[in-house]
Amino acid sequence: MASEPARKSAPTRDPRERTDFDGRYVGKPFRRVDGRAKVTGQTLFADDLSFPRMCFMRLVRSTVPHALIKQVDFSKASEIEGFLGSLTGADTPEPFGILPVSQDEHALCPDKVRMVGDPVAAVAAVTEDAAIEAALAVEVEYQELATIASVEEALATPEPRIHDYPKEGGNVHKAVSMEFGQVGEALAGADLVLDDLFFYEGNTHLPMEQHAAVAVPEDTDRITLYSSTQTPHYVHRALAKVLGLPPSRIRVVACSNGGGFGGKSDPFNHEIAAAKMALELGRPVKITLTREEVFYCHRGRHPVLMSMKTGFAQDGTILGQHLKTALDGGAYGSYGVASTYYTGALQTVTYKLPAYRFDGVRTFTNKAPCGPKRGHGTPQPRFGWEVQLDKAAEKLGLDPAELRLKNLEEAGRTTANWLKLGTTGLERCLRAVVEGSGWKKRRGKLPEGRGLGLACGSYLCGAGLPIYWNHMPQSGVQILLDRAGSVAVYCGEAEIGQGSDSVLAAITAEVLGVELADIRLCVADTGFTPVDLGSYSSRVTLMAGNAALEAAERARELLAQAVAEHLEIDKDRLVFSDNRVFDAGEPDTGLSFREACIAAEAKFGTLSTVGSYIPPRSPGKYRGAGVGPSPTYSYSASVIEVEVDVETGLYRPIHVWIAHDIGRSLNPVLVLGQVEGSVYMGLGEAMMEEQAYRRLPAKYSSSLVHKHPSMLEYKSPTFLEMPPVTSYLIEDPDPEGPYGAKEVGQGPLLPIMPALANAIHDAVGVRIDQVPIHPHMILRALAAKKTGRPARFGPAGFPQVDFGGTLHVPTPDQGGDGRSIDDYRHKLRSGMRSASGTMTTREEALQKHGKLTTD
Amino acid sequence: MLRLPAFEFHQPSTLEEAFALLGSAAPSVRLVAGGTDLWPNMKRRHQKAETVVSLMKIDELRGIQTTNGNGNGPSLSIGAITLLDDIVRSSEVRERFPALSRATASISSPPLRNMATLGGNLCLDTRCTYYNQTEEWRRSIDYCLKEEGTVCWVAPGSPTCWAHSASDTAPMLAAIEATVVLQSPGELREISVSELFHNDGIEYLTIQPGEVLTRIDLPGSSSAKHCRTAFWKLRRRGSIDFAVLSVAVALWLDGAGTVEKANIVLGAVASRPLAVPNAARALVGQKPNIGAVRNAARAARRAATPMDNTDFKTQWRGLMVERYAEAAMCEAMDLPHQLPSPPHV
Repeated sequence: MASEPARKSAPTRDPRERTDFDGRYVGKPFRRVDGRAKVTGQTLFADDLSFPRMCFMRLVRSTVPHALIKQVDFSKASEIEGFLGSLTGADTPEPFGILPVSQDEHALCPDKVRMVGDPVAAVAAVTEDAAIEAALAVEVEYQELATIASVEEALATPEPRIHDYPKEGGNVHKAVSMEFGQVGEALAGADLVLDDLFFYEGNTHLPMEQHAAVAVPEDTDRITLYSSTQTPHYVHRALAKVLGLPPSRIRVVACSNGGGFGGKSDPFNHEIAAAKMALELGRPVKITLTREEVFYCHRGRHPVLMSMKTGFAQDGTILGQHLKTALDGGAYGSYGVASTYYTGALQTVTYKLPAYRFDGVRTFTNKAPCGPKRGHGTPQPRFGWEVQLDKAAEKLGLDPAELRLKNLEEAGRTTANWLKLGTTGLERCLRAVVEGSGWKKRRGKLPEGRGLGLACGSYLCGAGLPIYWNHMPQSGVQILLDRAGSVAVYCGEAEIGQGSDSVLAAITAEVLGVELADIRLCVADTGFTPVDLGSYSSRVTLMAGNAALEAAERARELLAQAVAEHLEIDKDRLVFSDNRVFDAGEPDTGLSFREACIAAEAKFGTLSTVGSYIPPRSPGKYRGAGVGPSPTYSYSASVIEVEVDVETGLYRPIHVWIAHDIGRSLNPVLVLGQVEGSVYMGLGEAMMEEQAYRRLPAKYSSSLVHKHPSMLEYKSPTFLEMPPVTSYLIEDPDPEGPYGAKEVGQGPLLPIMPALANAIHDAVGVRIDQVPIHPHMILRALAAKKTGRPARFGPAGFPQVDFGGTLHVPTPDQGGDGRSIDDYRHKLRSGMRSASGTMTTREEALQKHGKLTTD
Repeated sequence: MLRLPAFEFHQPSTLEEAFALLGSAAPSVRLVAGGTDLWPNMKRRHQKAETVVSLMKIDELRGIQTTNGNGNGPSLSIGAITLLDDIVRSSEVRERFPALSRATASISSPPLRNMATLGGNLCLDTRCTYYNQTEEWRRSIDYCLKEEGTVCWVAPGSPTCWAHSASDTAPMLAAIEATVVLQSPGELREISVSELFHNDGIEYLTIQPGEVLTRIDLPGSSSAKHCRTAFWKLRRRGSIDFAVLSVAVALWLDGAGTVEKANIVLGAVASRPLAVPNAARALVGQKPNIGAVRNAARAARRAATPMDNTDFKTQWRGLMVERYAEAAMCEAMDLPHQLPSPPHV
């Protein structure tokens, strides 16, 4: 098998030369490769799988919000007909968690529960009905502890601690503080300083498919887990850790996901418990969660309280900003450390922000853990920022679109917080929606009750760093060609509905000149596919796409050499198209693709190539610089028209215009699907979605429960609520992306929430500084306006928080080097001894560590 | 997924067989029609039954028939297991009882209207965010007064349950003075729809054990020829959601255009469809005018007691009673009104 070592970076090429590239698939609205199977019901989701002797598992979940587990009694459960076995926390003592710094979850809680829904025990039975009855019959005795329901309570209540590991102490999970440039000076010199408070309520992903997993034991101590997961590689690592098995004996297969949106990016307790149960029983074990349990898995949008103080010059130039965020993290760490940084990191990439200070804190509460929902940490500060810009434009007498255009960041620049930008299509996005919506003629001039609002956003095209520190590729692709003329593509990426399988197949087909139907994919199978880190951070098109491009180009090279030899012509003359390899000058001279494969297999032996991708190194080297870097960033802008009834506060979005900077659309139909889906999800967050908790009256009860863990009462829009959407795809191929492509899975969601709030202001003259925007908030703000009070509904205060010592990082404009001036001091204080930055070069690190560790 | 617990299921084809089953299978027996309420409730285990008797194969309980009226033109008689969708599609119902047609069309979603029945919608279990939850969730609050528990979490000091009536047809049928037929072996009672309900979240129906609701009669005197009606419903989304407020209006005008009689009935703000006689009184003797409507709307708001047991802020829902009552009465009186009509699908 021919295989080459992984390359360090993306293949060097200049896709700008390919701006007018006219591909067979790239840029064309080809039918997605999994489309027919999905609409005809042939796709097998995890819950569709069935194996001989398969049994069913249910988790016994905590009914109390915070307590020590005193006793778990299976005596009644074990009498139920069909009962096979049980597990408790004693069987899974090893903790796990998605981030190496937050290994705070257990497959089954060993001693303590931290929220209603925490898994205490698992039972298995021959039928699902028997498993349900058995789980209900398990009796658990608790010793209850005081509960914490909000950030404010967590800050005010250091004891009892929900977790005792964070060095911040009390119930603070993570506190960060960093300053880029001189924010105090910038604000002091400003003509206008706006000091706003915003609140963004938590919400959840609501995928159609509930999480499901089937664990199939093989021989002894070998196991395969099929699961609806976005990140089979991380599940693989967590399984190895908790089960105590070598990773080589564990295989994780991500089935097609019926929606993910970030909600299936963590390794989950039910996956590990099912694997443990399967090993114990020696038979396949299936678990499919109920909708209520999906609400407890959560990992959705953090509720975030924000304080945003920004200085502007009279002409609208942005001078500096001090942002404070407080995140309600729920009961576990999850991605929370990264989420905390993300509530600050991308504030700088849309408009020039010469001085920027960010203070963030995440606390634990006795609620379902928050994590990475579409946009991961950025929709909250983006909401505040875009609403505040609308307020600034009003105060300064500027058009909100012009204010933004005046301050736009530029392609290739490095921001104050050391993020290196790629291409930036925001100006074209803004101009597209301004023109499309008739903004100039209509804004401010519509009848009372009608309004237009504008907002922008930007997002990563893949996180620059992997979740655990390592020096290996973030995505790998292997291509296997054989004498049948078949092309098999292996990659660890997981199709979650976004179309990543189609991207992988289309890039390979494009390079090799074959039809999509000639390509077979084997994806998301840790037993057979090269590692791809998973479908999160909008990374798959760029990273797996680049890896596929590299592998396909290498395969093409092998074929070209063999065909050139066979035809006795120069290989540079060869064209790969229409399932043929032929002479560009004399198209009749050539071989069929199959003949080309035969020639190459005869020449080289069995044919296989690999490709891999590692993102470019980020210039930021301060502690915390690992969150925010990306090979490039996508940009979006949106205008929303809304109709508001002043008698009731009821409102309705009438039309959404949205433009997205996609670099290049690999498939415009898939891109539009993601754009429209983002608009839909964004409207849900803006209008109604709430992962709300409630306490019962303390006099009677210590309960702290999810208010409505059901799809009927957790309100999410139906298509009746969905307004018409006009989408514009802005294409400017980015050198970092395959064929110039950027992400589209998350970015287009970002402008929706602030655009709606700004539109409501244009319609009825009130500011709603929080989402979701309920009609009573509009009525309250209108009533305040009538009595001369501020025409606003929103949070009233920001708690006192100790964010810890502030890192001071000189900006590129100040001549900084990407390091903090007090990094060394800070690290000594925090117990980190390393004197170097967070991210050294891979070569440096390899030399220093002298080993290829993955942990 | 949530699954139905085991139970014995019967599907008799005559009412007599049904009565026999009801008599012999006591105590834990329940009737079911379309099952769109009972099955999810049984999956969540807040309604339980060892035996369930389905009415869906009893053909005599299905269909819409025109009968001789009481001098005000023919009445309509609707069998209890008639599908909501059949009512929505009936041109007779739409032409003669347009607001009932609208109320029925607003229920849930098209797939559920294809299973749900009119009798079932009238008998719909009262709803509450502390009650319509899974067994595990309800364990985490030690249940509630309506089922197994001792405290009504909506009003913890209250001796009664505050679960609310969420039927959309009930307030409308009450407003147009419809009657229902309750049958038991050898006996037949006909009572008004408003007599079908108690204002109690637990004992919300006046149906006696052994009785079956078999028919709903719509009086000819309430048809569009004699009576002006309107139905307005407030909810988060224009489909699927139960009402957090509904307003049913029926007005009878004399030859001079003066209101002779009025029924204003509110849904989802009490444990039963809530008639507001004070609102009706504000309209009677008046020609259509906005002043009278506003007085009546204020009376409706005073009568309603929305509780924190469904979607939206309670106080705002109180305000909405006035706004929606005003809009519904304006519609019935052909007066202009500002409120945008909510979409229903």
